Amino acid sequence: MNSYLYYPGCSMEGSGRSYRESLEGVLAPLGMTLEEIDDWNCCGATEYVSLSTTPAYAMIARNLAIAAGEKKNGQSLVAACSACYLNLAKADHYMGQQPALNARVNDALGAGGLHYDPGTVKVRHLLEVILNDIGLDRVRAAVKKPLTGLKVAPYLGCMVPRPDVDGAYANHEQPNDLDRLLRALGAEVVDYPLKTECCGGHMTQVAPKLGLELIRRLVSEAERREAVMMVTVCPMCQINIDAYQGEMNAMFHTHHKMPIVFFTQLMGVAFGLEPGKVGVGREYTNASKTLAKALKAAPQEALVAAGVAPAHRPKPDKRALPMPRMADSEVEE
Amino acid sequence: MVVAQVSPPEAADAGVRFLAEVNSKTAGVSHLDMCIQCGSCGGSCPSASAMDHTPRGLFALIRAGKRDEVIRSNTPWMCLSCYHCVVRCPQEIAITDVMYAIKVIAEKEHTYPNNVGPDFAGVFIGQARRFGRSWEIGLTARHYLHHFILRLPGMTPMAFGLFRHGRIGILPHRIQGRKQLQAILRRADELERAR
Repeated sequence: MNSYLYYPGCSMEGSGRSYRESLEGVLAPLGMTLEEIDDWNCCGATEYVSLSTTPAYAMIARNLAIAAGEKKNGQSLVAACSACYLNLAKADHYMGQQPALNARVNDALGAGGLHYDPGTVKVRHLLEVILNDIGLDRVRAAVKKPLTGLKVAPYLGCMVPRPDVDGAYANHEQPNDLDRLLRALGAEVVDYPLKTECCGGHMTQVAPKLGLELIRRLVSEAERREAVMMVTVCPMCQINIDAYQGEMNAMFHTHHKMPIVFFTQLMGVAFGLEPGKVGVGREYTNASKTLAKALKAAPQEALVAAGVAPAHRPKPDKRALPMPRMADSEVEE
Repeated sequence: MVVAQVSPPEAADAGVRFLAEVNSKTAGVSHLDMCIQCGSCGGSCPSASAMDHTPRGLFALIRAGKRDEVIRSNTPWMCLSCYHCVVRCPQEIAITDVMYAIKVIAEKEHTYPNNVGPDFAGVFIGQARRFGRSWEIGLTARHYLHHFILRLPGMTPMAFGLFRHGRIGILPHRIQGRKQLQAILRRADELERAR
């Protein structure tokens, strides 16, 4: 059993509720336990660092100090929200890099009876933990209803692969981590070159023209690539693309209807959990129907696997030139 | 023969001073003095078109000592924190953190080009300091009433949707250690002021 400390972050309790519900559902099949750290506070998102440096890092470091106190047997601290993950990782990294910042932050923590030595807690993102500690073999073994025929655009967003203070990513712009995981669930993963482009973060709130344009790019490209659904690892990306798609359509006179779900929701569905139990249906652009379609297609696939039904090879598309494709083994590694 | 001085010494001094100020305000090590003006940052930036100076241009202004122009620029406020420039910068400049540092200076001196971004951050953090958690509905409602009242009619169905889907609570969640958190942050404020 892999055991981790867990920092949920505010969104998981509110707008990202389906992320929390689905994460709770997939822990057992993955053989993971998450221990939520006690009485954690908001990480300040990207807002506090824009206002004042020492308090911003002190606010993040309170969580690190709590985690350090609760850590057993070399547990890492796992965050599911990209911004929370990055803030925690950056605070640990910069406190180690800048002795002056470390001194100020620890002086402040002292006023609350806390102390944190940088490097004590290893901060990791959920996706990276699932890929590297749990492994795709275990994920594949847990799949009961493969998501065959579900064409998804893997949307990782910015803050997981970048700036990558711990050097966990070999490729910061086109990593295939999420692609590999989704493929292990049986989904068809489209080539989505905007996978680490920005959703605009708080720009939907402070500069809507810019924010909505960034969302338009992401959604229209996913649609152009014939994805029926986008999949994300971040509550901010999810709410931006989901909740602001209506306003975006109004601004650009478009008619996009692209559902976006968390990767843990698709894991849950593939592991045989009821879609409703993993928060599917909480989106504005409802993902239930799209998912149901894909699941209906699954039995046929199972028959093919069992050798009952004949597998038919898709005919090559005569309109397009054959494109070189990476062998699956190359993609996996 | 009189040689025109392209860069008068006082301007160069101002540049050195301002560069040192920005460096000292950056959370990590900025590496800003290593900038080679290659423009990879601006070329990678998804919001460059909305900025009055590209990041490269802003760094040139910093080194030229144009403090006022830099802290009044909208560039850091348009930064998305997407870190595209950071991973592409050949000099490993912590560009996003430099943008935060300039925002911190502009925030302190009230030189930001408009108050929508600073106000959003201020309200977000005010609530997070008070409750220990962010308060999505309180923040959004106040923000739209103050800054985007015309967007409210379009936003109302969205707010109802959030309630209907059980994705938003009305009351803020309060952590137990609010007093401890506030004591930490008061001390952090003092230390920040003393810098």
